[in-house]
Amino acid sequence: MTTLIDLRPEGSAPEPDDAPRPIRKSLSAADRVFRWGTTGIGAIVLVLIGAVGAFLGYQLFPTLRDYGLRFFTENQWNPQLNVLGISSVLIGTVEVAIIAIVISFPLALLTALYISEYAPPWLRGTMVSLVDLMAAIPSIIYAMWGLFLINPHALYLARWINEYLGWFPLFHVASGDPRAPVFNLGVYGSSPFIAGMVVSMMVIPLACAVMIGVFRQAPVSEREGAYALGSTRWGMVRTVVLPFGRGGIVGGTMLALGRALGETVAVLLILSPNFDIKLRPLEIGGITTASLIANFFGEATSGQLAALLAAGFVLFAITIAVNTVAAMIVARSRSGALTEI
Amino acid sequence: MTAFTNTEQPDLRSTGSPDPQPAGIGRASADSPDRPRAISATTSDYWLTLLGSAIGSLGLVWLLYERILPFSGTIGFYICWYVAYLAMFTVVTAIVHKPTIVVDRLWTALITGAAGFVGIALASTVGYTVVRGWAAVHHLNFFTESESAGSPLTSPLTVGGILNAIVGTLIELVIATAVSVPLGIGTAIFMVEVGGWFARVVRTVVEAMTALPDILAGLFIYTFLIIALGVQRSGFAAATALSVMMLPIIARTADVQLRAVPGGLREASLALGATQWRTVWRVVIPTQLSGLATAVILGMARAVGETAPVLITSGFSTYLAINPFVNPMNSLPLAIFTAVRSGQNLFIERGFGTGIVLLALVLILFATVRLLARSKVARR
Repeated sequence: MTTLIDLRPEGSAPEPDDAPRPIRKSLSAADRVFRWGTTGIGAIVLVLIGAVGAFLGYQLFPTLRDYGLRFFTENQWNPQLNVLGISSVLIGTVEVAIIAIVISFPLALLTALYISEYAPPWLRGTMVSLVDLMAAIPSIIYAMWGLFLINPHALYLARWINEYLGWFPLFHVASGDPRAPVFNLGVYGSSPFIAGMVVSMMVIPLACAVMIGVFRQAPVSEREGAYALGSTRWGMVRTVVLPFGRGGIVGGTMLALGRALGETVAVLLILSPNFDIKLRPLEIGGITTASLIANFFGEATSGQLAALLAAGFVLFAITIAVNTVAAMIVARSRSGALTEI
Repeated sequence: MTAFTNTEQPDLRSTGSPDPQPAGIGRASADSPDRPRAISATTSDYWLTLLGSAIGSLGLVWLLYERILPFSGTIGFYICWYVAYLAMFTVVTAIVHKPTIVVDRLWTALITGAAGFVGIALASTVGYTVVRGWAAVHHLNFFTESESAGSPLTSPLTVGGILNAIVGTLIELVIATAVSVPLGIGTAIFMVEVGGWFARVVRTVVEAMTALPDILAGLFIYTFLIIALGVQRSGFAAATALSVMMLPIIARTADVQLRAVPGGLREASLALGATQWRTVWRVVIPTQLSGLATAVILGMARAVGETAPVLITSGFSTYLAINPFVNPMNSLPLAIFTAVRSGQNLFIERGFGTGIVLLALVLILFATVRLLARSKVARR
């Protein structure tokens, strides 16, 4: 019963050997055009944007030739005397960015938790859209808001912090004696603190969107497990969602840091330029790399322009490093599988 | 009384509490052991505690802050109110509930408060711009006349407008989009469909360039195009700077979208004998068309609000400029920046009015993205 039965009709000629269809190794003409065309576009883009990076990096050479290694240690940027240095600029850039992160991190984290865990489901989609909208609002709008609405009010907050926490060096304001007979409001405005506050508004949605994405991926089975063990909602969040989303929290925050480092307009409008190295964020004055470029590109000689580009390149290198680390951390966190049918 | 008779439950309740002490000790008699704890936090007890604490803390803080202690300032008042509210809410909850529930409610209050704060900040940003700019924007001449029609510092709001800035922004946006869309989408197709070591190199560089601070794109074009090649400060220079910003954004977003096309679709098309070109053109792109449109519009929304590159490259002019190659060209962000820098009240009002127009433009682009995304969901 297990023998094969020949189903071919009796007497029909045996078929020729079952040779496989020849598979062409070479691509068709259309495909070759397609591949070469897209590769060409890729090459053009690589050359174009690679040229920007290479051009910026190349400017380090004339800059170091003209100004030497003092370029990194000098704190003044004085085009008239041709004394240029970026130490105060780099410190100011990092200072404003860190203030922005200190303010935005708790707000972004808690807002992401609210949207992903606490908001009623019918409101969730709208709120995610609002976060995206917040990211799309141009920075000049935030800058106006910060300059005209926040700056006049934040003065009092800065004075309050100085009055009660001024013994701590970071919160000290020189010549800002709160008990002076004439209240000197001027020293509290246009400070890195207020600039950082406004920048934090721009980076909250970036960090928040990344965090929401990771929190939503926390597995339902583990959530239900926590509830089944009698956990409260916060207990579930603390034991399931937060550990699961750790990569997204760190990565999103670093992404926000990268953006905060390069922010220009808000800082340019709010911070009044000052090249002293002083770690007193509540006090008026400071400078960041981006606002340095915007302030000085107009009157720069070619050597000074190269120095500005070199300063920009240092900023760019820092931003790339921060973003790369952020991308690695986000990618390493437990995330969704590949899309396949 | 109730049908539930689970008596062995309470020991597991403390999962969520940082307090090592098991919940309910000492208060176990407060609620009968055979009743399951309500998971929903929205009982009338919750809302009344919340409302009472809010009103109580408002009264307390007003008395202390405004009448007794030597404080002043609006922001400080609200901060003190919120802190007092949290304290009062915690204490009132702790009178009747176990520590687990107190911690849960405190965190709920904190998280909701933070989300509300961000919401208020967003609303105040948009609202403040609209309120301050309304005086300028509700005159029709704001849209039909250029800034050169009158002095922005002294003319009343019924003379002069921002037609030149609107036209300038649109021209720059069109040029930048026309340059960066074919290149960006083409690169994304190359990175996803062709692949290989070279595609990995391109992807690495594109991802790195998304980190380029906006001012550097402007400074690069300024040094390269304007100083070295002698191109005039113009709309074209600004559009080039915007393309340098947009190109990596579009390429990267489109890359992500194209990678989301299921591999099975590609294989099915290839198995039917289609060439790779036809597969991309007839299967991959139509599948993710709305995603690609999203990438383009995201890039446009980013470019339309960029101030720093435009500030460096486009020059400033109050006259209506149509030809992007010869004369300085104004744009919406630059007009706002100039107005704010002037420090003159009338000019600043015009700046806020310009802000409304810019916000509206971003909103339109944004709404288009949402509609595209929704149509994609609906089709599935």
